[in-house]
Amino acid sequence: MTYEITSPPPELTVAVKGRLDTLTSPKLESDLEPSIAKSKSLVLDLTGVDYLSSAGLRLLLTLQKRFKKEGGSFKLRGIQPGVMEILRMTGFLKILSVE
Amino acid sequence: MNVAVTLQFPAETQKLPEVLEKLDTNLLSAGCPEDARMQLAVAVEEIFVNIANYAYEGKQGSAVINIKADAHKATISFADSGFPYDPLQKEDPNIEQAVEDRPIGGLGVFLVKEMCDEVHYERRDDMNILTLVKKY
Repeated sequence: MTYEITSPPPELTVAVKGRLDTLTSPKLESDLEPSIAKSKSLVLDLTGVDYLSSAGLRLLLTLQKRFKKEGGSFKLRGIQPGVMEILRMTGFLKILSVE
Repeated sequence: MNVAVTLQFPAETQKLPEVLEKLDTNLLSAGCPEDARMQLAVAVEEIFVNIANYAYEGKQGSAVINIKADAHKATISFADSGFPYDPLQKEDPNIEQAVEDRPIGGLGVFLVKEMCDEVHYERRDDMNILTLVKKY
C-alpha cells in the first residue's frame, strides 16, 4: 500500500494505491493522523485500491464517525468494482458518501 | 488445472502477505477468475488473522491451509490446534444501522459468509477445522 497527499489540510485529499488489509490499514490511519487532525474534510481516492478487507472497513467507519461527529466531511472517490461490492454487501454504501 | 496443496504457516499476522500470495498463485493456476480470487483472499485473510490473533492466546502455533481448486470451484480449509472456537456462532452484524450506532469491527466473519457459498466448522482431533467453498 502506498499513498499520496494530493491536497493538503484543511481540505485533505489522499490517493491510496494497493491493498487495505489487516497490516496496511492501521498504518495508513496512523500515517494520516497528523494531517487528519488539521482537516475539516477528507477525500480518499481509492482508484488504485483493488482489495479491501474488514480492516479496511474498520478504517473507513472510524473516519466516517470521526468526521461526522466533528461536523466535517468524509468522501470516497474512484471505488473499483470489487471494493464496491464489499461496501455494498456490508451496508457501507448507505453510511458513506461516495463521489 | 486441478490444484491440491497443503500449506503450513506460523499463526502470525505478519505472515499474511505470504499466505495471500500463495493463495493467489494457486487459485490463478486453477483458473479461478480475478473477482473470485479477490473475494477468496478477503475470506482467507479474515480467517487467518482470527487464528493468528485468538486461537493460541499469545502462544505460538500454526495454521494449516488446504486449497483444492479447479476452474469452477475452490474449497479451502483451515486447521488450527488452538482453543475450541466456532466463528460461525457469532451473530451477524446489523448492516442497516446508522453510522453513529454501527460498532467498529465485527464484520470479518460476516464477510466470509457473504463471500463464500458454503462455510462449515467442525472440531475434530482437538483441532478447529473451518472449510470455505466458493463456486465461480
